[in-house]
Amino acid sequence: MFNQLSDRLQKALKFIRGEVKVTEKNMEEALRMIRLAFLEADVNYKVVKDFIENIKIKALDQKVLTSLTPSQQVIKIVKEEMTSILGREEKTLQYSGTPPSIFMMVGLQGAGKTTSCGKLANWIRRTGKNPLLVSFDMKRPAAQEQLKTIADSLKLPFYEMKTGEGEDPSRLLSELKSHTRNHGYDLLIVDTAGRLHVDEKLMEELLLVRDILNPQEVIYVGDAMTGQDAVKSAEIFAEKIGITSILLTKLDGDARGGAALSIVSVTGKPIKFVGLGEKLEDFEVFHPDRLASRILGLGDMLTIIEKAETEADKEEAKELARKLRQQTFTLDDFKKQIAQMRKMGSISQILKMMPQAGAFRKISGLKVDDAKIDHFEAIINSMTPQEREYPKIINGSRRRRIANGSGRPISDVNQLLKQFHEIKKMMKKDRFHKMLSSFPLSH
Amino acid sequence: MFGYLREKLKKTRETITGRFDELLKGSQEREEILDELMETMILADVGIQTTEKIIGSIKAKSKKTDSFEKIKSLLKEEILNLFSSQFLPQKSFPIPFISLFVGVNGGGKTTSLAKLAHMLKKQGKEVLMVAADTFRAAAQEQLSLWGKKLNIPVIQGRYQSDPAAVVFDAIQSFQARRCQALLIDTAGRIHTNTNLMNELEKIKKVINREIEGAPHEILLVLDASIGQNALVQAREFLKFSGLTGIFLTKLDGTAKGGSVLAIADELDLPIKWIGVGEGENDILPFSPKEFTYALLGTK
Repeated sequence: MFNQLSDRLQKALKFIRGEVKVTEKNMEEALRMIRLAFLEADVNYKVVKDFIENIKIKALDQKVLTSLTPSQQVIKIVKEEMTSILGREEKTLQYSGTPPSIFMMVGLQGAGKTTSCGKLANWIRRTGKNPLLVSFDMKRPAAQEQLKTIADSLKLPFYEMKTGEGEDPSRLLSELKSHTRNHGYDLLIVDTAGRLHVDEKLMEELLLVRDILNPQEVIYVGDAMTGQDAVKSAEIFAEKIGITSILLTKLDGDARGGAALSIVSVTGKPIKFVGLGEKLEDFEVFHPDRLASRILGLGDMLTIIEKAETEADKEEAKELARKLRQQTFTLDDFKKQIAQMRKMGSISQILKMMPQAGAFRKISGLKVDDAKIDHFEAIINSMTPQEREYPKIINGSRRRRIANGSGRPISDVNQLLKQFHEIKKMMKKDRFHKMLSSFPLSH
Repeated sequence: MFGYLREKLKKTRETITGRFDELLKGSQEREEILDELMETMILADVGIQTTEKIIGSIKAKSKKTDSFEKIKSLLKEEILNLFSSQFLPQKSFPIPFISLFVGVNGGGKTTSLAKLAHMLKKQGKEVLMVAADTFRAAAQEQLSLWGKKLNIPVIQGRYQSDPAAVVFDAIQSFQARRCQALLIDTAGRIHTNTNLMNELEKIKKVINREIEGAPHEILLVLDASIGQNALVQAREFLKFSGLTGIFLTKLDGTAKGGSVLAIADELDLPIKWIGVGEGENDILPFSPKEFTYALLGTK
């Protein structure tokens, strides 16, 4: 979705770039295209309207029109405006002065609340907290088991709620509170039932939980794929329960969330975290400026770099970036890169985050599947040092030998070599070169 | 049944009707009316391209002096046209009937599967459900609890095991028990994950190898609140696993599910069922007329 949005925006901005001078007339056309691009990305109709109005006023400012680089000015304004909607700066979680702190997760069915509870707890644990997980979802079959399984797999404590009929919820909640305190947990993360926002009974239940627990954070879990309705559900949750922050889920895939702009605009609350996949580690702090850049097609360099810095070996990454730039990239380097990628995510994902990578998105050779990575490693391991240095010498009989040595079919060997060549070919292109030179890992 | 749907879709309708009533009172220009209709459609997630296509065609067919009523009925016609390839509500099922439920995470696959299983059972069929989601925590338990509630047997798999192997076992059991319908739940997957999409292909192959002509139905379970990504999802799932139709869920909220218009239009995929609640009976055959009625808030 954002891919399409980026494409359209790029087109719109190219349109602006093509003009020597931005006039009121061609600005109108560019704004129209930006408007359509946003609508296509599921930003709410009314949010878009306001957005475009603001841009228009600022973009038609005489200083912009008479500046030497009006196009850059417009991009800057669009980006600033988006960043300002998305929250301007990163915000941290609010903890209670006297532990335990209590965080409550709310949201629609299927948004990903339960998984997010686990991801959040796992993330917070790294900051030195000792969280306890509990689920108040008595409605969905196996909701309790789901959170318990997640807690177990993370080796996090899980509190079993009594679910019997006739139990007084306020007594259960008070028990939970004292259990948390008495057992030395400094944070309680509470999962709740997801139902549609029009369900008044659910809202009452949530209110009851909120009133008794008095949480420091009420986190609204929103699905990044949501359409126009994102505004309505977020609004109702904000109005009735009072939310403090937003956690955006399912940002992996190609729907990267025009809904984000909508939800933040109507609630005025910051997005603090994003979910990026089904594994419990696929979780990040939200950076508004990065998302704004991403929408504009400027890429998400910071995310890549951060990943590279924390998860892959820094020096190796630098070396690879250097080799990529000098085009002395060998199969040995490819192997190293594969090993790093295992930690960093696939190359196609990484390229997606890079500016100007849109043009390379469609190269089939870039699809490195997780299962294939093992095979590739095995294949490269079966090559002689000479073959790794000069892949050109790998003829038919060598291919057969490598295939036998690695236990893979020859077609896999061919595929590996093809992908390697495609990457090398791509590196020769000017745009890729430029892209890499903006990669701040260089010395 | 339609009365029930109307009640369930009330929330969907309410928001629009108010505005239209205002329009009815005034004597607007055609452009103004079209603008208003366009906004309504975009807010219903119909999407820019489909909306522009429909509005363009209404423009060509209408006169400048046409009333709001006239233009609205033209719009209704246009929308119904998009559903022209729509099958009639499904009344009978082949025997055996093997159906695969696919879709992204959180769409409501398991619940929707249970609903259809319950409906088939009410028709007197011997139904078997398969929990081939071996990934998500407690997915097995979720379907097995439904099985207990509906008194329908469930074949379970071990977590982390190959879902295709679970399906294979289930088919053996299905044949041994001489059941008539086999409904297979799969793990939610984001359509950009090639590995997981290939896994679906494999499941489908296994089914087809065991029972000729199966699966007879592959339903994409789609959350009505999903925006323009719905079309992308449908396109990708169609490419990998093949699809025979859409199961549109969560239509009991305020989301209108307008994104299926583009799916019906571009991919020619029928919308077969709609989900309108959490209970096992909250399933209805899709009706283009009723859907359009709910979308536009008019008869």
